[in-house]
Amino acid sequence: MLGQYIPVFMAIGFAAAVAGGMIGLSMLLGRGRIAYQRQTETYESGMLLLDSGRKRVSVKFFIVAMVFIIFDVEVAFLFPWAVAAREAAKSDPTTVLAVGLTFLAVLAIGFVYLWRQGAFDWARRERV
Amino acid sequence: MGAELIVIAGKLIVLATLLLTAVPVMVWVERRGAAFIQDRLGPNRVGPWGIIQPIADSVKLLFKEDLTPAGVNRWLYFLAPMISVFIAMLTFIVVPFGDGCGVTILGQPLGSLMVASELEVGVLYLLAISSLGVYGIVLAGWSSNNKYSLLGGLRASAQLISYELSMALAVLGVILATGSLRLDEVVAAQSGKLWNAVPQFLGFVVFVVAAFAETNRLPFDLAEAETELVAGYHVEYSSMKFAAFMMSEYMNMVTVSALLVTLFLGGSTLPGVHLEGWLGLVVSLAVFLGKVAFFMWLFVWVRWSLPRFRYDQLMRLGWKGLLPLATVNLVLVAVGVARGWTWI
Repeated sequence: MLGQYIPVFMAIGFAAAVAGGMIGLSMLLGRGRIAYQRQTETYESGMLLLDSGRKRVSVKFFIVAMVFIIFDVEVAFLFPWAVAAREAAKSDPTTVLAVGLTFLAVLAIGFVYLWRQGAFDWARRERV
Repeated sequence: MGAELIVIAGKLIVLATLLLTAVPVMVWVERRGAAFIQDRLGPNRVGPWGIIQPIADSVKLLFKEDLTPAGVNRWLYFLAPMISVFIAMLTFIVVPFGDGCGVTILGQPLGSLMVASELEVGVLYLLAISSLGVYGIVLAGWSSNNKYSLLGGLRASAQLISYELSMALAVLGVILATGSLRLDEVVAAQSGKLWNAVPQFLGFVVFVVAAFAETNRLPFDLAEAETELVAGYHVEYSSMKFAAFMMSEYMNMVTVSALLVTLFLGGSTLPGVHLEGWLGLVVSLAVFLGKVAFFMWLFVWVRWSLPRFRYDQLMRLGWKGLLPLATVNLVLVAVGVARGWTWI
């Protein structure tokens, strides 16, 4: 059972070696040549740096993240149904369809609610 | 067990080499393609038709001074490009690059040309791993301590998660029609009937658009948007760390094109062609690469043909356009499957 994951672990090792090797090699080959301290300054289109880059983040991004988590979890719930549907539909097509569509309908209610609340409007004033 | 491991390792090395070779070739195609579309020459000095140019560039980048800007969060700054490459190199292992056609190596049947040929959770693994790619971008944006980077990283993460939903729903339609999460079975299920792109045309369109958004390519490259954000999340990156981001972007393009071909366009099969042995293996691999090459060219073609979207347009298209479309596609496929239509 776990045997099918052997290629995954091998790929993880390989990918880690490539990623680490690439960055490590360039650190080795390109080290110790920084001539001026000004070189390491944060880039701001050639202007003098005004303040830090650690800014507060607009709440819009958090709304997108929350909505994503809600819907993504629901999509994950649909995968087992999708895999089983074709076989199950041979004996009881009505139930298979009803189960899937009911789930999607519940999803759609939430979607319409968020739409009307303006959660998907980026530019307009939010009502959320 | 020993021979089995050797076969898996062999597949991993051959296919990973194929993927890594595709990156410089793709960079070259992109630059020459851009030049062709804009009626200029493009790189043509290094090697015949400038084909060695990307290799020369990567050697140069390898020897560039390794600069760590002041004020960055050191650990995350170094980790972010590594995460990007690491994730980009993990996703391709569940994609079947061709059909084994009964060829045996060391007494082991080759199976289909994919590394994790026994893995039952194929598509689920792919969706799970590819969504981790957001971490590379958002960590790069935040750890750089630069306003451009921060904005680029935030935009990219919001964009990636928005389009991931539509993508997953479009994939779900294919899974529903196939009844398996394995990508080689998705290919097998499409032989002998219409490719999924025809009965699930809506899902195909949604997937293509989402593929452009997921790889941060024009017209959805708001994360980089040179005219407003300089270079977006990798403003502060130079030398090989910058190259790592470029590499992961191009590898993601290869993977997503391969996935598109596998899910909707019959993968390595051609209708009416059934070959056996090594010939069949080589032909199926060539067919697959040919189909992928078309979509790679499409990426370049679209990049130099369409202007960039505004960010609110991007979000509107993702949430109000593609998500309902993908759901409609899913409902249609579900009805078809319940009615027992075999052509879906």
